[in-house]
Amino acid sequence: MTLINDLTGAPPGMTGRSLLLRLSVIGAVVAGTAGGFAYAGGWLSPGLLTPARIVDRFEVVNGPHPGFRRNHAKGLCVAGRFAPNGAGARLSTATVFAPGQVTPVLGRIALAGGQPYAADAETTVRSLALLFRSPDGAEWRTGMNNIPVFPVRTPEAFYDQLRAAKPDPATGKPDPARMAAFFAAHPESARAASLIKARTVTSGFADSTFWSLNALRFVAADGTVRPVRWAFVPERTAAPETADGTGSPAPDGLFDAFEAQLRQGPQRWHLVVTVGRGEAPTADATQPWPADRERVDVGTLTLTEAMPEAPHTCRDVNFDPLVLPEGIAPSDDPLLSARSAAYAQSFTRRAGEAKTPSAVTGAPIHGAAL
Amino acid sequence: MTEPARFNWPARLLHWGMAVMILAMLLIGVAMVTSLADYHALVALHRPLGLLILLLAGLRLVNRWRHPPPPLPTDLPAWQRIAAHGSHIALYGLMLTLPLVGWGMLSAARYPIVLAGPVVLSPILPQDPMLAAALRHLHTGLAYALFAAFLAHLGAALMHALIRQDDVFASMAPWRPRR
Repeated sequence: MTLINDLTGAPPGMTGRSLLLRLSVIGAVVAGTAGGFAYAGGWLSPGLLTPARIVDRFEVVNGPHPGFRRNHAKGLCVAGRFAPNGAGARLSTATVFAPGQVTPVLGRIALAGGQPYAADAETTVRSLALLFRSPDGAEWRTGMNNIPVFPVRTPEAFYDQLRAAKPDPATGKPDPARMAAFFAAHPESARAASLIKARTVTSGFADSTFWSLNALRFVAADGTVRPVRWAFVPERTAAPETADGTGSPAPDGLFDAFEAQLRQGPQRWHLVVTVGRGEAPTADATQPWPADRERVDVGTLTLTEAMPEAPHTCRDVNFDPLVLPEGIAPSDDPLLSARSAAYAQSFTRRAGEAKTPSAVTGAPIHGAAL
Repeated sequence: MTEPARFNWPARLLHWGMAVMILAMLLIGVAMVTSLADYHALVALHRPLGLLILLLAGLRLVNRWRHPPPPLPTDLPAWQRIAAHGSHIALYGLMLTLPLVGWGMLSAARYPIVLAGPVVLSPILPQDPMLAAALRHLHTGLAYALFAAFLAHLGAALMHALIRQDDVFASMAPWRPRR
């Protein structure tokens, strides 16, 4: 054994058996550490649903659109401000609700789906994403849709639904058998789908109500934590359909109409917070909350500006719903962390890709009406 | 027999404390990027722990400069001597670079860098999505390199302790050497 002893630097007195045993111990410790790392990284669980797999599925369903968001790909940047009315300060210590505090807001209106050049359609889900930036550096980011409940309860159901709802190339519509199988496996999604279908589809972005969908928690100054959902409710009276009554706007008609409305004057929404009670289903975004829950109007969002997506605009912002200020905290809704994870994955991919201009163009509007 | 030279107590405390933190950090990092349910909680832990490691690594370099480590055994073969020095340069370089790359990538991606509660770090780079994506990939690559260096360091330390039985392991051991 002298050769091995020489090679390893073991003392001459160490027997071959002892040396091999010691080498095996070292090997086992190093391999065990590497194995723990592999386990933590999911390499030993090939079936694991990961953020990358969710974003992969968007790319499969929608085709490659480098530089664009993998979902809500078609959008327009907006900006304005949020003026609280003071009523929110009772519920949350967040600076945005402090009386007298006016917070600059930048945001994005968009259509759900991963096709950046898809023609606008009335029934396509509309979204409003906002970023509130307080003077102390804290930020609140939120992404909301014009549907009262979310179609799925868990990220796994979301992943299944993406495939089930993939349009059949022959008909341009989802395969009814696949959708039926999905709804059979997810009755909560079937109930949510009927609520979503029954909603009033308004004429455009400016008269849409945007719901938070996920529940979060407001933390008050006295430490009271309340489950909340919220909605941005438009001041503009909702018009149920397009002006010409055809129900199908021009290819970019919804965005063009919003730009035209903004040129006429600022567009306003009230932030209405619904306060849940103990039994509120915070972990199930498919369920509406009972209608008798307390609703508090906490302030007004005024949008005054719009600009097409370009460098340093909303294009380069990840509207991660878990970028929260002090006074707002996540709930146990499993979609929140999953959204955060998948958005980060989507952001990293598109951030590193060459950008092409958005379908939504137009001269920037700088809110001269103010 | 004379007492073998040891690292001073701050060096040993920093070494073992940081060993736990860095291994935890690597496991958190590799777990969070594949996790949906725990992503947010893990990221919220990852950011402040990363900054703490950066600060402690700086402190450790200062201590190392003021109190140089004990010399390696004179009978150590030259290649092992080179490997020892090289791996320590790699370990220190990665301990300092990884948090800075993480901070930089969050800055370039225009994320608020929330440490805890209202404590938010200032950005160290201007907003730049291409740079953010490049730094994000670099962060992963460097993390794998740090884990590889960690394993090499662990293996070499155990070789010294169990096989060579020289003073190298004892010089950093948290307990008093038996001789």
